[in-house]
Amino acid sequence: MQIEINLNGKKVSIKVKKNEMLADTLRAHGVYSIRKGCDTACCGLCTVWVEEKPVLSCAFLSLKAQGKSITTLEGLQEEAEAFAQHLVAEGSEQCGFCSPGFIMTVLAMKRELKNPSDEEIIHYLTGNLCRCTGYLGQLRAIKKYLGVAQHEFCR
Amino acid sequence: MFTLKEFVQPKSVEEAYEILISGRNNTVLGGTAFLRMGSKKIGTAVDISKLELNGVKDAGSLIEIGACTALREVETHPLLIDHFDGAVSDSVKNIIGVQFRNIATVGASVFSKYGFSDLLTVLLALDTEVELFKAGRLPLDAFLKSPCEKDILMRLFIKKNGRNVSYQYLRNSASDYPVLNAAVSKLGSQWTVAVGARPQRAAIAMKASEALSNSSNRENPEYYANMAADELRFGTNARGTAQYRHAMCKVLVKRAIMEVLQCR
Repeated sequence: MQIEINLNGKKVSIKVKKNEMLADTLRAHGVYSIRKGCDTACCGLCTVWVEEKPVLSCAFLSLKAQGKSITTLEGLQEEAEAFAQHLVAEGSEQCGFCSPGFIMTVLAMKRELKNPSDEEIIHYLTGNLCRCTGYLGQLRAIKKYLGVAQHEFCR
Repeated sequence: MFTLKEFVQPKSVEEAYEILISGRNNTVLGGTAFLRMGSKKIGTAVDISKLELNGVKDAGSLIEIGACTALREVETHPLLIDHFDGAVSDSVKNIIGVQFRNIATVGASVFSKYGFSDLLTVLLALDTEVELFKAGRLPLDAFLKSPCEKDILMRLFIKKNGRNVSYQYLRNSASDYPVLNAAVSKLGSQWTVAVGARPQRAAIAMKASEALSNSSNRENPEYYANMAADELRFGTNARGTAQYRHAMCKVLVKRAIMEVLQCR
């Protein structure tokens, strides 16, 4: 079946299998920022935005994406770079395999949460499991990126 | 991996129901979050996301939750944070991550009667009704006990009657499925004790609920918690044995009773 979606601001028409999940559809379409790290819909690596909300693309039926707006890391280069600079400054950049899903979640958090506490930031990121360079370094980077670095760290 | 032969997005519930019952393997799609983890052979997949069954609404003496409402909306909606002691909102907070909760729907969680559901347990302790297209409106407890028949869950209704409720759970790690969960509520002198993830679906501990309701002295919550653990059946799976769940049930129910007792 054919679906039409708005992918990173551009209308595209993609042929999909009926039981295909969005992660596979987008990868086949050349959107290589999307990775799959688990087979149980829990790692968060495949995070994309559907209608501006972060979702697991590995668990989202492609046919349900018909007519919807899909945003991937490829469509958020400037914001991603700005956040990546904070990650590097805190020594918490990752090998790169799971970073796209992690960054997509952080950028979504910036839009959704106003002046979040440490607890709220940590809660929002629970669905991103692979965080190899360390949770504290990443938390420092996120807080600086969100402009809430004055908040105290959790004990 | 699951398979599906046809995919339809009906414009009306009537049309959706007709398609649903026209084939043995036809199925209503929820958020599809759990679908990919099974190997279901679906004939026609009926996507009900175009039927305007999403959202949380204040309906006077009730709060209405549409079947297509995402769990994340349940978690963040002001109406659900402000009512039911925040327990409905709290109950879904630890289900995997935000990205998962933006997909998984209330309707799929309730209609599938998932044993591991956090939401079902707290809804069962509240005055919740389900509205099904064919079977009509019935209490959640009656729906959970009824045989699984083809139908379309449209909405949930929870009475805003000031019932106090406490939701407790035990998880091996944050965002994992619960090993066990419990919800205890009180309206006037009427108490309800519900326990879920046993790992069977949530059930009301009738004897413990009745004993709590009839007692004038509730200084020993442990007594009622033990009663609940003894009357319910528990099973063994990868997350815990029946014996462990029986022991933990006493702890969770006791904590929930103590928390409700503090509500004035």
